[in-house]
Amino acid sequence: MANPKSTRLVQTYKHTSPGIACRFDPTGNYLFVSSQDNAIQRWNLGDGKMVLFQGHKSWVRGIAFHPAAKTMYSGDYAGKILAWPIDAAKPQPAKIIDAHQGWVRAVAVSPDGSLLASAGNDHLVKLWSLPEGKLSREFAGHDCHVYNVCFHPDGKTLVSADHKGAVHAWDLASGKIVKSFDASVLAKYDTTFRATIGGIRSMTFNADGSLLACAGITGVTNAFAGIGNPIVLLFDYQSGKKIQSLVPSASFRGTAWGVEFHPEGFIIGVGGGQGGALWYWKANQNKAFHTVKLPNVARDLSLHRDGKRLAIPFYDNCARVYAMS
Amino acid sequence: MKCTYACNSAEHEVSRRQFLAGSASAALGAMGFSGMVTPAAAKQLEKSQKRVLLIWLAGGVSQLETWDPKPGTPTGGPFQAIPTSVPGVHISELLPHTAKQMHRMALIRGINTRENNHAKGAIIMHTGRPEDPRTNYPHLGSAMAKLLGPEDSPLPGYIHVTPRGAAGFNKKDAGFLGPKYASITLADGKPPENLLRPKELSVQSDLKRNQLREKLNRRFGQRRRTADTEIYTQSYEQALQLMARHRIFDNTHESPKYLDLYGRHDFGQHCLLARRMLEAGVTFVKVTHSNYDTHHENFNFHIEQMGEFDKTFATLLDDLADRGMLDSTLVIVMSEFGRTPRINQRFGRDHWGTAWSIALAGCGIKGGAVAGKTNAHGTAVVDRQVNGGHLFHTYFRALGLNSKRNYYINQQPIPMADPKAEAIEEILA
Repeated sequence: MANPKSTRLVQTYKHTSPGIACRFDPTGNYLFVSSQDNAIQRWNLGDGKMVLFQGHKSWVRGIAFHPAAKTMYSGDYAGKILAWPIDAAKPQPAKIIDAHQGWVRAVAVSPDGSLLASAGNDHLVKLWSLPEGKLSREFAGHDCHVYNVCFHPDGKTLVSADHKGAVHAWDLASGKIVKSFDASVLAKYDTTFRATIGGIRSMTFNADGSLLACAGITGVTNAFAGIGNPIVLLFDYQSGKKIQSLVPSASFRGTAWGVEFHPEGFIIGVGGGQGGALWYWKANQNKAFHTVKLPNVARDLSLHRDGKRLAIPFYDNCARVYAMS
Repeated sequence: MKCTYACNSAEHEVSRRQFLAGSASAALGAMGFSGMVTPAAAKQLEKSQKRVLLIWLAGGVSQLETWDPKPGTPTGGPFQAIPTSVPGVHISELLPHTAKQMHRMALIRGINTRENNHAKGAIIMHTGRPEDPRTNYPHLGSAMAKLLGPEDSPLPGYIHVTPRGAAGFNKKDAGFLGPKYASITLADGKPPENLLRPKELSVQSDLKRNQLREKLNRRFGQRRRTADTEIYTQSYEQALQLMARHRIFDNTHESPKYLDLYGRHDFGQHCLLARRMLEAGVTFVKVTHSNYDTHHENFNFHIEQMGEFDKTFATLLDDLADRGMLDSTLVIVMSEFGRTPRINQRFGRDHWGTAWSIALAGCGIKGGAVAGKTNAHGTAVVDRQVNGGHLFHTYFRALGLNSKRNYYINQQPIPMADPKAEAIEEILA
């Protein structure tokens, strides 16, 4: 059993560049961390050794793994997706997909491993057949940058979310939008700044697909400095209705950059802005039941397959692993 | 220092005639060419009338996301550099359309104004000097309205198109030159209020009303003439002439093609309006694009803002060139400062006056020239460091003006540009 209230730092992995995103691999042996030097670090959780994956020409925010093939897919802000053998001693990209015009902001692999989905600044969501990496289908329906994408656990539906808070569920067979969710509180057009601030910064389903979580920033009062409040919206997938707005229990300014459902039913989020924080929620309570103050600005979140460890990449060049025990 | 330019001193009468480089068009212009030349020649003279378009990227655009990219470095951010129409010159990938215009442009990459405050940085960039409590220096627009503008121009010499805020008359911008050269703000690109004669007022009644006002003004002016009373009178006369030219403020007279090319967003329409006003004879137009003060999410915001700027700006240069106006129009793209090479914890960049860039195009500018260089991470200028004074000398010289002359205010000489600085010769045509 995980015990959120016993959360403690168990490992710090220090690099030379601020972290952007992180994921534990499906085997649970490695932590992959992308950073502002365009590289991806592979940290061996056993011996603490690090290997750099170099090949991207821009920052990587999207990282996903094939469930069985020991392949990592990483999407970058140059519009490319690179496929990597995760175990390689001297990793080289096995495939480079010219995926989007503009940034690739998120990638996801279908539960059966046959499809890769990507979301980009060209307003498109794309499906790629695996392992070939050939374009299988395009979904056009967003009118702005698409920030996130994930598969429903049933493998029949894909959900994408954009800069303005529009969230669409696409039927993979027909390519049509089957339902939409309103997450527009995670975006605001700032009339002084004359631009939109926000977007869905993290998105995930719970294990049975009944709940969808979308994380970001709301209540922005100053777009120049990013003054707003982190929030995670919980949607009932079947009805499409919002059932909860998860917020910190104490004042915190910044963005919720990562969200995960724990198999035991609670929800975990991290935020960064003016400092960093880790929050634990129950789906039926909007305020966090436990908060861990973090040593720096958190930028993403990954839950280990053992359900007891969390990884967070930070601005201070470190990725830290926390144990909920 | 209060302007009493109604003193009629010879010194005060220094104007464009004395500063222009002596071209025939300048001589004819000074004589008032209307009615003295053929329509074709007049059109040619109008085109050669020197003008300035300032595009003000409010809040401080990032030099790293525009004119001086450093891809693949710790300060470079996620964007790539792309080649331009000038071999060897690269700019940010956020400016693909502008990159095709580089042969018409020059970049100044070595600016160090040592100022990270919005208001103080804006003063340096608008006046060519740091704030000086002893002297209220005029904005570039006011200076150009005086030095380049026809004496009897029916239009304001300095018009500022803003994306929001209040319309108005900005006496402060003119500094010691006096309110005659103040700027007029067109808020949201809308024409001055009450530009058209109210329907309930007949032409005849309006005429009589103005005749009475002129009579009273003349009587008052004989005994109490000051700069303020003069501009008061002049503003009425200018307003009448503006009313007759109200169409220049209305983009709906443009073809849909131009409306689309410039972009239907505010910045696009404001730049189209700027071109219309420059073409109609306004000497100095400033268009503000907002906002670049990206302490948070610098990269996302620059995608949005540069996405608007890029195509519009490239269209504007093409349009000015197609109309034969680019050779006589100096185009300046600048901010109050640049942004820090250091990327902060919110994916933002902060204020940075130490090593940054601006871009110029058009009149007097050597296309494709690049002056100044920053180090590999963009943290310091390593070659050809310049400040606001150098920029002012450069603008003046590009426009054919002698930047080393003085204004004479109350018989006191005041250098037009900082005498400690020089023009950046290598970017001048």
